[in-house]
Formats: sequence, structure tokens, C-alpha cells
Amino acid sequence: MSNKNNGRTANALFKTGVYFGLIVWALIVLFPFYWMLLTSVKSYGAYNAESVPAFFTLTPTFENYVYAFTEVPLAKYFLNTLIYTLVTTFLMVVVTVLAAFAFARLNFRGKNLMFTLFLALMMIPYELVIITNFVTIKKLGMDNTFSGLILPSVTSVFYIYLLRENFAQIPDQLYYAAKVDGTTDLKYLRRVMMPISKPTIVTIVILKIIECWNSYVWPRLITSDQNFYLVSNGIQKIREEGFGRENIPAMMAAVVVVSVPLIVLFLVFHKRIMEGVSRGGIKG
Amino acid sequence: MMEKRDLKGWLYLLPAMLFLGVFMVYPLVDVFIYSFEEEFNFASQSFKGYGLNNYSFVLRDPFFMQAVKNTFILVIITVPLSTAIALLISLGLSSIKPLKRLFQTLYFLPYVTNTLAVGLVFMILFKKTPVSDGLVNVLIKWFGGEAVDFIDGPYWAKMLVMCVYTIWVVMPFKILILTSALASVNEDYYKAAKMDGTSKLRTFRKITLPMISPMIFYLVITGFIGAFKAYSDAVALFGTNLNAAEMNTIVGYVYDVLYTDGGGYPSYASAAAIILFVIVLTITVINLLVSRKHVHY
Amino acid sequence: MKVVLENLTKKFPGRSKKDPGVTAVNNFNIEIPDGKLIGLLGPSGCGKSTALNLLSGLLAPTSGKIYFGDEDVTDVQPEKRGIGLVFQNYALYPHLTVIENILFPLENLKGDEKLSRDEMMKKAMEAAKLVQIESLLSRKPKELSGGQQQRVAIARALVKMPRLLLLDEPLSNLDARLRLQTREEISRIQKETGITTIFVTHDQEEAMSISDLIIVTKDGVIQQVGKPQDVYDNPTNLFVAEFLGTPQINTFEGEIRDNKLYIGDEAVLNIKGAENQKVYVAVRPEAFIPAENGPLSCKFKALEVMGRDISVVFSSEFSDRKALRAIIGADVKVEPKDGVVRFFVRSQKTEVFNRDTKERVYYEEA
Repeated sequence: MSNKNNGRTANALFKTGVYFGLIVWALIVLFPFYWMLLTSVKSYGAYNAESVPAFFTLTPTFENYVYAFTEVPLAKYFLNTLIYTLVTTFLMVVVTVLAAFAFARLNFRGKNLMFTLFLALMMIPYELVIITNFVTIKKLGMDNTFSGLILPSVTSVFYIYLLRENFAQIPDQLYYAAKVDGTTDLKYLRRVMMPISKPTIVTIVILKIIECWNSYVWPRLITSDQNFYLVSNGIQKIREEGFGRENIPAMMAAVVVVSVPLIVLFLVFHKRIMEGVSRGGIKG
Repeated sequence: MMEKRDLKGWLYLLPAMLFLGVFMVYPLVDVFIYSFEEEFNFASQSFKGYGLNNYSFVLRDPFFMQAVKNTFILVIITVPLSTAIALLISLGLSSIKPLKRLFQTLYFLPYVTNTLAVGLVFMILFKKTPVSDGLVNVLIKWFGGEAVDFIDGPYWAKMLVMCVYTIWVVMPFKILILTSALASVNEDYYKAAKMDGTSKLRTFRKITLPMISPMIFYLVITGFIGAFKAYSDAVALFGTNLNAAEMNTIVGYVYDVLYTDGGGYPSYASAAAIILFVIVLTITVINLLVSRKHVHY
Repeated sequence: MKVVLENLTKKFPGRSKKDPGVTAVNNFNIEIPDGKLIGLLGPSGCGKSTALNLLSGLLAPTSGKIYFGDEDVTDVQPEKRGIGLVFQNYALYPHLTVIENILFPLENLKGDEKLSRDEMMKKAMEAAKLVQIESLLSRKPKELSGGQQQRVAIARALVKMPRLLLLDEPLSNLDARLRLQTREEISRIQKETGITTIFVTHDQEEAMSISDLIIVTKDGVIQQVGKPQDVYDNPTNLFVAEFLGTPQINTFEGEIRDNKLYIGDEAVLNIKGAENQKVYVAVRPEAFIPAENGPLSCKFKALEVMGRDISVVFSSEFSDRKALRAIIGADVKVEPKDGVVRFFVRSQKTEVFNRDTKERVYYEEA
């Protein structure tokens, strides 16, 4: 009897320890977000007067957000990123769906060889090809243009692979049924395959949006004109040249503005995103 | 009829092939050629001949060696540490029921955030300014330590922040993969172990660990590859002039030589990128060989 | 519309040099009359589905011709043939509702054939009504039972009023009770519409019960075509005799010698008009008459009482099969002696096949 009680106490102790550890990690994860939000609503004067940073503020201000949009072209960066993200994602979906359909549904000579080549491309690191792409785009005079930003970012072999696997699971009979009904391949793709594979398409769209929104290296190489800066480059610019002086609250306001769209996207689609990432096992 | 069908397949594939051909296959070939073209001039697009000079220049460049050193330190510290912590957290997660989903979702949040943006937050947390020591230093002083400038101070301090931030960034992916790996272990094994009176530690070592070992090795391999490509986290913490801060990484070096106002040095960049690729490939092969010995499936 | 197959052949090439490939349909020559329900029957892997795919146009034949009426449709695309096809697993679009599934083929019509939304809806409703699923129109396929899915699939195939309706194993995914009900349903729908209908099945009972005409195939070759009862009564070869009928026909090794049909050393029938030869003697279960002085002696195994009938299970040293069966009326007494049961056999239900060719040997009772 006492043995049993001991076991129970030990178990309760163990559980408490586990929860304690998990809460600590949750705080470590969340704290930077809290801190950025907190700092962004402290006034410039108040922030710089704190020799010991305050953990909360009783006089929140929104002036930093006003600065972020007026003193640096944050809205412009935002718009650029939006255009870049939407166009790139749209093109990616078109290219990916067509290629996945060809691999999953159509029969043509050389298909298997081509698919193997595609898979081999998945292993090529981005860093290896970016150099030539940089030279190519410069040669074409497409630096500081949206085309230059977008075109090299469109294709992801991995997404083609993911969607092909999904398409391949749709039973052949549906295709034959549609054939007998006089459905063209393109219509079958649009009306039957895409709706059935909607969850996977949504997943790759979200993953691509995240990827675009966070991209830094390529835009940095290819844009020297601020008019084409994306948010990542914008943030870096603000950090280095900023608001004329080191205005950390205003910088944090900009950081909040940049982060919010992704966090909202995450809150809405977290299930999809986590499922997609764990299924694909892809590293961001 | 057969040929029309062939044509159709290739037609659907054409857009993907165009994009991949221009921005993936051609560059792949070209990067090797670049790396052997000596004294390439961007403005005139001319070069003097082929040779290994680019490689020897890069290998003798102190900035490159600094970048290699930084990258290796970063890899050696963060990969094992982040994997171990992620395993611990995942084990914790899989041993609870209430709030599990909430914790899982929370822990994944850093995955979707902009590395540059959150890096700035880490920067201000660790930075020491004339006015304030920054939050981390305040904590250090509470515990009786001495304030250090982690951003512009000594090398070890900068490396420490870099490691902390890197671990924070890679954790969501690892926790997610390990939690789903743990969840996929059949409950019956645990039930059987319990019937046999196996202790928790023994159950973990003899059942859980072998069952999830493929995933752990997968994480170690992708972790190595990812950490070798570290760059934007460094930019977020220390700014774009990483050479001056002694915190450059190999990838950073590649971009820095590529991106200078005179048009850059694609040849040096190519040589450096290929050296990086060879290092990553070697380490991955070693990893695979080791895992073949130790992974139980 | 009648359907004519002329020397129709489909070969699938082998994957390697050693593999000669498969001839799934070997020189089919049939004329299928207009407005009938036809059962294409054969064991699994005998080329029935290939034949169906050739008719639908999803596969192109290696050689031979297909005529729909007088029109040669051999090279016509599936959608231009005017056929309806119901798949074994129904192939309903999972993301569309029942009515959307039925409308789908109509939405593909182009040019002169294009219909207004109202006309489409009217046609879809007619098809739905025909298969009695009017109450399910807004459901998704996964919310339907197997039988209901089957009806939707038939409605979708019928909505364009095809000239020919093809059904691939229409009953195989249903449970036993639904199977009985659905096969009556198929028969009813076919009669109401008058559309020439071909259905593929491996279940001889299914084919026998509703077909106007059955086509028995084996290994890509047509064995026999005819009305179900005719084929059952007059099988042209041993395969057809053994394939049709449950319980299966009982086959013995035997011999024709001097106008007597022997099983072992016992003459079971006196016959005339047949040469001396080694044969198989196939006896329908209902053709046995148990009698103490019967010529055919067998090892008794069991009696199974099934209400109206009794099934006698036995074996014979002249048959490979472990369990042979005779069906007799429940009022007949069966009294095995020392584990032996003896029978007379009726000549009408006893067929004889040459031992080597397995072709039918015709004889008359003497």
C-alpha cells in the first residue's frame, strides 16, 4: 500500500518537473516576441532612460509605429514583399501543378529518366547555384527589377515531388471515367485532381509564402535600389542606417509589423503548416 | 498518336524544365567553370586562363579561414546541443496529455518568423549600450556576474550569442520531427515493457531510443547541413559587415566576395562555394556511414 | 445498337526478352444484338476487363475492328463513342456531390451538343430518378453506402443516354444481400432504357441470372456464346461445363468403349453415335439418382441437409476432386453401405468431353 503511494508521489513529482521544464521552454520561445512588442510601445525617451529594462510599461505609445511608416519606407518594403510573395507563389503553383500532373498522370517517353533527374536536383544546395544566377540576372540587366527577384525563386523541386506523390494516390479509374465522359486532361486536372489534392496544394502555398516572406540572401544580392527592398533587407537597412539615430523602439515597431503577417498565417494554418513540414521533413 | 502523347507530357513539364534549366542546371555547371577561370573581370566578362588560383586565393584569405573556423565552432556546438535539448523537450511533450497540443504549437512558432527580424530582438537583449547593459547582462549581474558586451565585445561572447540564437531558430523543426517520431512508436512496446517491470530509463534506452534513432540521425544530418549554411542569423545579430565583427560564416564569405560594389568576384565566390559543398558532402557521407552502424533499421 | 467485334486482338508486350507478353484478348468475333443485357463471364485474369476497355476506347486494339451499328469505331476516342462506363470501384469524384457527379459528363459537351443549365439539370434528374437516388443528390460519395454509390455511378454513365453501357464487375464490391437486389436493379434499368448493356463478371451465378446472353471467356479466348440456359445445358467444352453452375459439375475420368460409357470398370450409360476414346465424364449434381444397384460406386463422406434438398458429399478414385456433390430431393433416402454410395446417372445432364482436346463429345442415349 505504501509502495503504491510512493509510486504515485514519484509520478506526480515527475509530472510537475516535466511541466516546469516545458513552461520554461515556452517562455524562452515566447519571450523575444513579448520583448519586441513591449519595446515597440515604449517611447524613445522612456526606453533610453531605463538603465535596467522594465518588464512592462504603463504608458504604451504608438508613436513608434508612426515613425516606422513615416521615417523609413516600411510601407514600400511591405508592398514589395507582398508583390514578390504573391507572384512567386502563384507562378510556383502553376509550374508545380503542371509538372506534378505530367509525372503522376501522363505517359511519355523519357518520363522516368526525367523524374530521376528532378529528384537528383533536390540535393543541390542553393549556395552553389546562386552565384551564376547572380551573374545571369546582372548580365540580363534584371537587377533591381521584380523579374530579377522572382524568376530564380519560382521552382522548388521538393514541392513538385510532394504534389506528384499526392496526385499519384488518386485512383486511375477517376481518370478513365473522366476520359469516357470526354474530359480533357487540363480540365481533369483543374476540376478533379486539384480539388482532391487541395490540402497538399494549400500546404505548399503556405510554405512557399513563408519562404518568400523571409527570403533575405537573394534579394540582398540583386537589389541595391531601396525601391525594390523586401522586408528582410528593409529591416537590415533600418538597423544600420535606421532613424537617423539608434531608435530601438521604432526598430522594434518595424520588426513587429514585419512579423505579424506570418504569425497570423501561422495561427490560422498551424495544423497545415506543421503537418506539411513534418511530412516533408524539410528544413526552413 | 503515340508521339502526340509524348509531346503533351513534355509540354506540361516545359515550364518546370525551363526554370530549373536556367536557374539550377546551368548554374551548377557554370559554378565549376567559374571556379577555375582566373582573374575574371566582371565588367569585360573576360578571364586570363584556367587554373587553381581561385582556390589557393580563397584558402589563403584570412577572412575565409576565420569564416571556416566560426562555422565549424557553430556546427560543433549547436548541432549536438540542439538535438539533445529537442529530444528532452519532445520526451517531455510525449509524456503529458493536457496542454500538449498548445505547447507543440507554441514551440513551432519560431519556424515561421523572419530570422532577420527576431535576430534584432536577440541583439537588443544581449547588447550593452552606454545607457543600459541590456536584459541579459542585468540577469547576469543579479547572479553576481560581470556584464559583457555580447554584440561588440569579446569573441567568445559573440560566438555564444550566435549559438544561442541558432539553437533557438532550429529548435522548432527538431521538436516537431522528434515528437512525431515518438508518437509513431507503437504503444504496445511500452505496455509490454511495463508488464516486464522495466524502469523508465531502461525503457528509454532500450526501446524508445533505438526506435527513433533513424529520425535522430536524420536530424543530425540535416542539422549539420543547415548549420554549415548559417548566415542570416549572423547578419541579424552583427550586421552586414561580418568580417569586421570577426563573425563571418562560409556562406557569408561567399556572398561578401560576390557582392561588392565593383561587381564582385564570382570566381572566388565559386571556389569558396565549392569548398563548402565538399565539406558538407564529406560530413554527410561520414554521418551516413556512422548511422549505418548505429541506426537499428 | 448492335455491336460487332471482328478479329479483335489485344497483346500486351512483355517487359523483357524472356517474357513473351500476354494476349489478353485473342481474336474475338462476336455480334452483340441490340438492346440486350450481355454478361461477359470468365475467371479472373481472363481478359474481360481488357475487352471492356477496348470497347470503351480506353485501350487501342493490336488488331481487329469494333463496329457500333454500322460505324467503325476502332480509332474513335472514348468520348466520341457514346458509351457509358461504370467502374468496379465506381470512380465517383470524391469532392463533388451526387448531383455534381451526374452533371459532370454533361458539362463536357461542346458545340452543337452543348446544353443549357436547365436542360442539364433536367437530364441529371431523369437519370437520378431512373436509379432512384433523388433523395441523395446533395451528399458526397463517402456519405453513401456501396449500393448507393453504385447507383450514382450508373446514373452518371447513363446521363448522356449512351448507345452502349459497360459495367465492370458491377456487383463485386457489394455484400451478398445488396448483390441480389442490385442485379435485379441493373436488369430493370436496362429494360427501361433499352440500352445495349455489357457487364463483366467472374461470378457465373450473377451472369446466369440476369443476362439475355452470356459470353464465356478463358485466357483471352471466347469459349462459348449463348443464352444462359443453353450454355449451361450444352457446354461446348469441359471448361465451360465446370465454370457454370453451383455446386460445380462433377468430373470423372472415363472411357467410351463399344457404345458404353465407363467410369472405371463400370458402364454408367449405354450410348450410341460416339467413337471409342478416353473421355472426361461431367455429371451435374442434380443428375445423380442414388440406388443400391447403381453402377457408379463412390466413397461416401457426408450428408448435408438443406431443407428442400439434400446434398450428398462423396469422392471417387476416378476424380481428382476431394469432394463431389449430388443434389437430391429431401424425400429420397440415401443409405450408404460400408461407406459406399451407389448412383445411376441421367444422360441429359451428363456431358462427355474428349480427354485430350477437352471438347464436347456428342452422343445419344441408347
